Amino acid sequence: MVDVALRGAPMSEPIAMSRARTLVRLRVTDSVFFQLTRGAAISVLIILGGVIVSLVSGSLPAIRTFGLNFLLNESWNPVTEKFGALPAIYGTLVTSLIAMLIAVPLGLLITLFLTELCPMWLRRPISIAIELLAGIPSIIYGIWGLFVFAPFLQVTLQQWLIDAFGPVPILSHLFAGPPYGIGMLTAGLILAIMVLPFITSISRDVFEAVPPVLKEAAYGLGCTTTEVVRYVVLPYTRVGVVGGVMLGLGRALGETMAVTFVIGNAHRISASVLAPGTTISATIANEFTEAVSDLYTASLIELGLILFVITFIVLAAARYMLMRIERRIG
Amino acid sequence: MMSLYRRRRLGNQIVLGLSLTATAIGLGWLAVILGTLVYRGASGLSLAVFTQMTPPPGSDGGLLNPIVGSLIMTALAVAIGTPIGILAGTYMAEYGRFSRLAQIVRFINDILLSAPSIVVGLFVYEIMVAPMGHFSGFAGAVALAILVVPVVVRTTEDMLALVPKELREAATALGMPLAYVIGKVSYRAARAGIITGILLAVARISGETAPLLFTALNQQFYSANLNGPMASLPVVIFQFALSPYQEWQQLAWTGALIVTMAVLALSITARALASSRKTS
Repeated sequence: MVDVALRGAPMSEPIAMSRARTLVRLRVTDSVFFQLTRGAAISVLIILGGVIVSLVSGSLPAIRTFGLNFLLNESWNPVTEKFGALPAIYGTLVTSLIAMLIAVPLGLLITLFLTELCPMWLRRPISIAIELLAGIPSIIYGIWGLFVFAPFLQVTLQQWLIDAFGPVPILSHLFAGPPYGIGMLTAGLILAIMVLPFITSISRDVFEAVPPVLKEAAYGLGCTTTEVVRYVVLPYTRVGVVGGVMLGLGRALGETMAVTFVIGNAHRISASVLAPGTTISATIANEFTEAVSDLYTASLIELGLILFVITFIVLAAARYMLMRIERRIG
Repeated sequence: MMSLYRRRRLGNQIVLGLSLTATAIGLGWLAVILGTLVYRGASGLSLAVFTQMTPPPGSDGGLLNPIVGSLIMTALAVAIGTPIGILAGTYMAEYGRFSRLAQIVRFINDILLSAPSIVVGLFVYEIMVAPMGHFSGFAGAVALAILVVPVVVRTTEDMLALVPKELREAATALGMPLAYVIGKVSYRAARAGIITGILLAVARISGETAPLLFTALNQQFYSANLNGPMASLPVVIFQFALSPYQEWQQLAWTGALIVTMAVLALSITARALASSRKTS
């Protein structure tokens, strides 16, 4: 490039030199910018690596002391320094399961409404409103859950569940005990509202990507709307819907503040979903600043590591599925 | 024959009715939450909220220090996280759209986008708070910045990918080096989208509590010192809401109202900006 600039103006050397300098400057800027952007892209990987390394190194004392027992031990006792993650893992899984049991059908029904029933001009406002549910900070769900939702559940749903299932053999254990208001069911319900927008927005995207010809063909055969969705739309979009559900699950597993308010923070495993429990994230949020001993802190960090590993697997699976459907839809 | 037809129609109507109900539940829930917030929060809203410090238990006060703390940490987090996010998004959309690195980063970034924020708090505690020996507003800002990066990466990449390649080709044909093509053509074409991403990132972090709990901690007094603990609205809401004091709980509700309104205003602005781009 430089010799081109020099050749272009053999008579007037100063001009040629300034052209050459400009070209060099441009080239340097170009490569510096390229390296900058590449470095920034790599820094995303470094963040992930840093999270993993720091969590592992932070939890080493706990890993050394408890080994695999950490995962299986039920006791959580800061005084005797005996820590086990089982109640927290159990609570995390149960609350997320409750959340998904409610949010998945609800989300799919809302998607069905938005894509098949709703008049065009209402679609955008309604889907924005549903997505605003995702915009509300989780602490707001927490404070609302504690002061409004939990007292409401205490006198309505929880009392009703206890009365209704009290005489039923197995279910009576599932819905046993006094209605505290707070507890795993309340946490699960709040999580359900929180993940609802994620499920709805992704399944709406994939529902809308179904080729109209397929749906029209089914309608032409005389299918009802329900049958079209059930036998054409859902099979076509299954991977994407499952991806969206997993994404919501990833959110539910890691959700902290909303759960911390309403879970009750009790380190025990109860069969009843009405009983207070705890989750991994709630335990960390509640106890981390109070953890005085190194082993206590390390145990909490190990809990964080477990949470990160679980959500990482779930989210990776979700992304993998969404990538597959993206490729198919094109 | 007739009964099969009727059964199918009935089934269809039931499902459609359920879907209508589900939508009503979703919308109703939003309305109830916002309604409660306004009802419980607005009564505590006054000038004092914005001009006075958080009170000791049992007396009146405001939320000045957490509001300022939140603003400082959010601004700093955006200042740190946005350049990294935009540059990384640029790499993925402009330089290495199909390269292996971009594919891996895209995958990891999407996971970080939904990763539990409390884990980010633990990470920053490990790398900043523990070595430095004390909580600090700066650590809080770094934790928030880590949450900003994936949001900005994602939107920047998406928006740059929407820029027609003919624009880039035209600029390249004029002899512009790639860096200038990106800076003077792609960025300008995608500006509204990139700003949308930044607004969404601000909306995301201004309500975040979990990563601040053990990085910035809390501070009862006014402090703009980034090297010390710093109050933030979400953490103060958390602390005050769980307290037994009437005044504190009222302030928590008022703070919750302020945070929610700010976040919703940001995300609605971002949406409006994004859709105005799409139609133009």
